[in-house]
Amino acid sequence: MGMEVFKDIYENRHKYQKEWKEKTGSKMIGYFCTYAPEEIMYAADIIPVRILGSHEPQNVTEPHIFGMYCPFCRDVLAQGLKGRYDYLDGIMIAQSCLHVRQAYTSWDLHIPVGFSYYLPMPHRVTNAGAKPFLRQELIDFKNAIEAWTGKTILPEDIDKGIEILNTTRRLLRQVWDLRKAENPPITGQEAIYMVLACQFGDKREVNKLLEEALNELKTRKIDRETGNRLMIIGSEDDDIAFINMVETICGATFVMEDHCTGSRYFWNQVVPQEDRYAALAARYCERPPCPTKDWAQPRDRLVWALDMAKQWGVEGAIIVQQKFCDPHELDIPAFRKAFEAAGIPTLFLEFDVTVPLGPFRIRVDAFLEMLRQEDLF
Amino acid sequence: MSKGQLYPTEPLKTWGLAKQAREDFYLDYRDCHAKGGIRWAGGAWALDALTYGLGDDVFSITSEPYGASCAFNKDIAMKCMMTTEKYGYARDLCAYMRIYWGSVLTKGTYPWGGDYPIPDFIYQDHICCSHAKWYQVIVDHEPQIPMTCIDVAAGPFMPGTDVKIKPHAVKYVADQMLEAAEWLEKTTGRKFDDEKFIEAVKTECVNTSLWADICALNKAVPAPIDEKTMYSLYVLNTLCKANKRITPVLKEVYEDVKDRVARGIAAVPNEKARIMSDTQPPWGFLKVFRYLERYGVVSIGSLYTFGLMGIWEVKEDGTWGGRTLPWEKGVEIKTREQAAYVNADWNLSKPEFQHFYHPKYKTRMMSRIAKEWKLDGVMLHYNRGCEGLSLGIAENRLGLLKAGVPVMTFEGNMGDEREFDEVATMARIDAFMETLGLKKDY
Ligand code: SF4
Ligand code: SF4
Repeated sequence: MGMEVFKDIYENRHKYQKEWKEKTGSKMIGYFCTYAPEEIMYAADIIPVRILGSHEPQNVTEPHIFGMYCPFCRDVLAQGLKGRYDYLDGIMIAQSCLHVRQAYTSWDLHIPVGFSYYLPMPHRVTNAGAKPFLRQELIDFKNAIEAWTGKTILPEDIDKGIEILNTTRRLLRQVWDLRKAENPPITGQEAIYMVLACQFGDKREVNKLLEEALNELKTRKIDRETGNRLMIIGSEDDDIAFINMVETICGATFVMEDHCTGSRYFWNQVVPQEDRYAALAARYCERPPCPTKDWAQPRDRLVWALDMAKQWGVEGAIIVQQKFCDPHELDIPAFRKAFEAAGIPTLFLEFDVTVPLGPFRIRVDAFLEMLRQEDLF
Repeated sequence: MSKGQLYPTEPLKTWGLAKQAREDFYLDYRDCHAKGGIRWAGGAWALDALTYGLGDDVFSITSEPYGASCAFNKDIAMKCMMTTEKYGYARDLCAYMRIYWGSVLTKGTYPWGGDYPIPDFIYQDHICCSHAKWYQVIVDHEPQIPMTCIDVAAGPFMPGTDVKIKPHAVKYVADQMLEAAEWLEKTTGRKFDDEKFIEAVKTECVNTSLWADICALNKAVPAPIDEKTMYSLYVLNTLCKANKRITPVLKEVYEDVKDRVARGIAAVPNEKARIMSDTQPPWGFLKVFRYLERYGVVSIGSLYTFGLMGIWEVKEDGTWGGRTLPWEKGVEIKTREQAAYVNADWNLSKPEFQHFYHPKYKTRMMSRIAKEWKLDGVMLHYNRGCEGLSLGIAENRLGLLKAGVPVMTFEGNMGDEREFDEVATMARIDAFMETLGLKKDY
């Protein structure tokens, strides 16, 4: 089977989703942020599908989102305006940053769908009141889904949703553990394809693929040098062209990342408890936070990322700045300072919709050269 | 009346009073330690009524008005922003925030003299991505300052309409306030006084509803006050909306403006057309409003000036006015818990909060203003300095156009003059005025 299957789902996501929909007859909801409670959608036999951009220049969002907002949110909206997700039956967002919220609201205003839902996911996730608040919001979301589909969601349906998601999370964690090896059996690019396939595909199918891949990875030897072990940190990032360049041309490997298109998406499980909605609320409040939800001092996400960097033997960190991404911009100086203090040099790159491979290659090469020099002395 | 003048005009009587109250605020904050008081920092939207539970000698500085005050002084603003950039913070972040950080990090930039007076604690709220993070960064640089922050992004609420708040959302915010009350006691070592807190909650209701009533008086033709004047008045609630010292000032302003309406006193003597703006103006370039006057155009305010610190509701007759005070609806506040609930409910209905959830709410409110305040057009400031209030603004433009309201846009920045093109903006205004059929009077 190989790792290609995940790449295939990523690259042909729309074909996959349309065919899957035809085959299963399931409804599909597009979601805009990984705080979306996918368990409740699976409980209703709805397939949640993440909406990501396409990394192509576009000219359709100008009337809808003012140019000072992140290119990612505009790229996301462009997909809707261009009709690429026309198979979606509904959309939803669990409140995260301001920017991506605009992609959701413009979609809501201009692209007709049968169901649209804004879930005010709390920002102060560590506060005692956040979980009860979210619990009630999750119940309200469940009620809205029931009203829309006409199907009652029973506790055992939620259990089924939790089981599906927890399986995905458990399998991905096992794959991530393999990346700790001196010569990881999987590249950073392949790992990202895996996570993205989980966000785009029906997890009931993707889980089987993950299991097969995991078996294969346990004995897999890849025909490449690991080179410098890198971590990539920052905003949403499915900038595969960049990851590919660093790994195939510059000769390094991403062994860990702090992205919602990576580890942040699946890191912690739902711990079952009698009150299913309380269990779900706990999971979403306790996951490695998105920067907009991380108000701690020191930052929870930073403590987590540093710990991961140590455990995964990271030598250098590339800090990716999605242009105009305020939540991340507010963390970057603290991240750079803390990583440098921990002896992990950082390279800071500002990203837009397309990746300027030439200039970035020069900068990455120089960064790696610096890391290698450090090895010499 | 001079040639071209259509209405009588005269200065606002309460102008000096409002100006003094504003001055006192910044001086009190700076000097309060000498008198044994406490000072704290937080945003203009912080649920500040709570801090009055610590006593009458507790003074705050609100970050956005502070940023605006510095921005008005272009030299200070530039110096502060340069420092912030040197520390590695991106140039596209909230301009107030960058100025504020720069002022904390740069000696001698407190506009009322001296260095920025470091607060004893930070008490913030969060609905914009920059709110809690603003002060998290301050604590990165001043780690000794204790900080807490309340999440107020609990869902939309527009009193008198079908957009209702869920009780559990109000409770979520109120519970955080109760927790914060304990935190304040612990942090300051002072006893929290429930009576004082209840009094402050009531004061905030009065002050913010009263501000809405003042703005509603501007429905009159000619408009008794223009937006540039409103900036100097609305600021009182942005500084200390729960402070009882503000109430008599606002009451006098209300009487003053009412009297102007009764006597037909105009803000702009040649008023021929009425517009509103949106979001914070480019503070270093308020002359834009004077330029409008040459066309006989008055800006009657904006959702920003009305709704940043005014609390509104749709009245029984279908018009917009100051929200009915809780006790006028039979709600008696007797306990700390009740006070927190009332305060949370009141604040969640802030008009400027609503567009954070969906631009359709803001378009709805702006279309209402366009109709009730008898407007000829809208000038939207695509404000690169504030991603919070520019959120959804392009959709507001489309929505207003759909509602038949002429709209012009101009790009700028409330605090960073490097992002404002004065000449291009004036040219856009000229073109807009032409489409409205207006010619310059002078
Ligand atoms: S890149 Fe940043 S600003 Fe853009 S959607 Fe992601 S978190 Fe929000
Ligand atoms: S961006 Fe605007 S809304 Fe957000 S903190 Fe700054 S001034 Fe306030």
